[in-house]
Amino acid sequence: MRDPGASSALSATAPRAVWRVLAPWLALILFLAVPPFVWPQSWLLAYLAQTATMIVFALSYNLLLGETGLLSFGHAAYSGLGALLAAQVFNRIGVPLVLLPLVGGIGGALCGVLFGFVSTRRAGTAFAMITLGLGELVAAAAWTLPDWFGGEAGVAIDRGSGASWASWSFGPAREAYALIVVWCLLASGAMFALSRTPFMRVANAVRDNPVRAAAIGCYPRRIRYGVVVVSAFFAGISGTLALINVELVSTESVGMMRSGAVLIATVIGGTAVFFGPVAGAVVLTFFSVAVASVTRAWLFYLGLFFIVVVVISPDGLAGFVQRHAARVATHGWQRCRAAYLWGTAAALLWTAAVVLAVQWAYAVQFGSDDGGVFSGTGGAGGMGALVWLGGSPLTLGAVVFMLAALGGVAAHYAIRAQARLADTLSSATHTDGDER
Amino acid sequence: MQSFVINLLNGVSYGLLLFMLSAGLTLIFSMLGVLNFAHAGFYMLGAYVGFSVAARAGFWSALVIAPLVVGLIGAGLERWLLRRVRVHGHLAELLLTFGAAYLLGELVKLGWGLSPLSATVPAVLDGPLFTVYGAAFARYRAFMMVVSLAMLGLLYAVLRVSKAGLIVRAALTHASAVEALGHNVPRVFTGVFAAGTALAALAGVIGAPLFVIEPGMAESLGSIVFVVVVIGGLGSLSGALAASLLVGCVQTLAVASNVSLGDVLSLFDASLPAQWDALTLAQLAPLIPYLLLVAMLALRSRGLFGRRDDHA
Repeated sequence: MRDPGASSALSATAPRAVWRVLAPWLALILFLAVPPFVWPQSWLLAYLAQTATMIVFALSYNLLLGETGLLSFGHAAYSGLGALLAAQVFNRIGVPLVLLPLVGGIGGALCGVLFGFVSTRRAGTAFAMITLGLGELVAAAAWTLPDWFGGEAGVAIDRGSGASWASWSFGPAREAYALIVVWCLLASGAMFALSRTPFMRVANAVRDNPVRAAAIGCYPRRIRYGVVVVSAFFAGISGTLALINVELVSTESVGMMRSGAVLIATVIGGTAVFFGPVAGAVVLTFFSVAVASVTRAWLFYLGLFFIVVVVISPDGLAGFVQRHAARVATHGWQRCRAAYLWGTAAALLWTAAVVLAVQWAYAVQFGSDDGGVFSGTGGAGGMGALVWLGGSPLTLGAVVFMLAALGGVAAHYAIRAQARLADTLSSATHTDGDER
Repeated sequence: MQSFVINLLNGVSYGLLLFMLSAGLTLIFSMLGVLNFAHAGFYMLGAYVGFSVAARAGFWSALVIAPLVVGLIGAGLERWLLRRVRVHGHLAELLLTFGAAYLLGELVKLGWGLSPLSATVPAVLDGPLFTVYGAAFARYRAFMMVVSLAMLGLLYAVLRVSKAGLIVRAALTHASAVEALGHNVPRVFTGVFAAGTALAALAGVIGAPLFVIEPGMAESLGSIVFVVVVIGGLGSLSGALAASLLVGCVQTLAVASNVSLGDVLSLFDASLPAQWDALTLAQLAPLIPYLLLVAMLALRSRGLFGRRDDHA
């Protein structure tokens, strides 16, 4: 025990471990807090507020998908209904805005109690289909039933109208944004703590082997039900954060688009790591705000990116980064360099080819009402190239083909470098069994 | 009352159309163990391809060509993408089809634009077939029923009688044994996926004249098909048939009725606020499949003909 070498190694690794735990939190805080001070434009605040909302939403979704293995297609119902309840309570009773997300969370949890009772009777694919049905039911009911969502207009609130809190009225966007960020961090921290509790460990057991979990006395259905309610609570909080941001809850907030968006964000980010959904939420908001402001093909790119992630790295961006970081750590950067350089080149070339082809196709189909893309207002490099290629499909086809072919060559070299790496590996001590 | 017969027939023809979709979905599910989320996307693609082919070569060739084209696309999806993610489990497969549904929706917008198209019915099938007490039953709906029934009879015969059907059924339950006997099971999987998507496309072609061809048609019908599959019991063809007919008839009758919610509730001596009482059943028709789903799950969670699998 008194071995000096061991104790010094321990003291050297302990701060690094702490740093590893804290780094993602610091990055998240910096990402949310610093940009508003540097560029105080209103669109940036709106964008970051959307990201913060999506982060909470995706993390709450991951309690279901990642921790318990329940794929849900109707998660927007909880956030939308929670936000609706919060809006009604705020308009009628006048709860302080600071506490409004809590009201929304309780509303979401109540919906979770109701819907979870029906949906958790089954797991697996049947659970997915039942949540789809429930989500559609809520979405269709929001359209059909009177004075639920106030018809097409939705239910609006005036966030500045409530009682002010320490000279903050939350009317201005900056004050509302500060509130959203604080709640985002609070909810994320709560979910992180929750993922360390015995309850979530049991949920993991139910995910991995429900029969054995049942045999040791954890009734799977009860555990799933509990997770659905907790997840609905945090979804309700995220819905209320969106309500505070846009001051409106409409039928869109319970729609299937939103349920699909949170699923895509969580899967892109990766379900196995706590911070995976955070990364996914940032990527998704980037697509739906930044890419969507440049081109109307953003949904196409998002779908394509989603499929690429599912095919290449089913454990999401977080899993991808973890695997490759581990590989670089074991073999050293020098030996992996060729494979990564060629791989990056192939990815860039293929992306360029796809973007050119898709932008051209969209311009041909929707050109008359969407000239902005071709005139290059987006400022992206591909747009500029389109301008001077514009009009002649033959040149464009040739360029796309050339880019794709070059990408193929790069991919070929990447695969060869990969194979060489695997060779040196198998001849060395041990392999780390990943194929990409 | 006189229009009840016609409405019931309309409901049955709509139910059979739903069954064409849910049969392909069930077939793929029981074979590959994955619920093809892009199924409604293939239905939409079938409607669009059928529209384009019909504009050039007529309705009858569209009836053949569109399912073939879409079936090939489905086979490609299975062969090049789905097979690659199979090692990662069913969740990855389901997610892949989910992404494919997004892409199909965008591709359709890209290829045919956003504005709705209306498919035309050939002159032979235009007009009423017969009238019952003054209410007409459209000739096209009868044609739809015939095609659906013929297709399903064919499917049943192939699965039950032919050698290919025998291999498919054996591969369903004992994949490795069938492989050991020298049959190419992955190719059987591809074939089943292609057949399922082709069925969806056929449903798209013959269903198109009834509805409007628009980029939103996949969502509007897709979730109903999933509901049908769950009500019938996942993986059960006869359950899918019963559930399709049930949902088709109930929804059609609800749309055609002019009863309000208040009238229904007054039968049970219950009442709601006046605004709710004024809602007609026709307005509530979109909710009915989902309400049926919830009721079914509360009473019998495995669906009509589903097998028990509490731990699935």
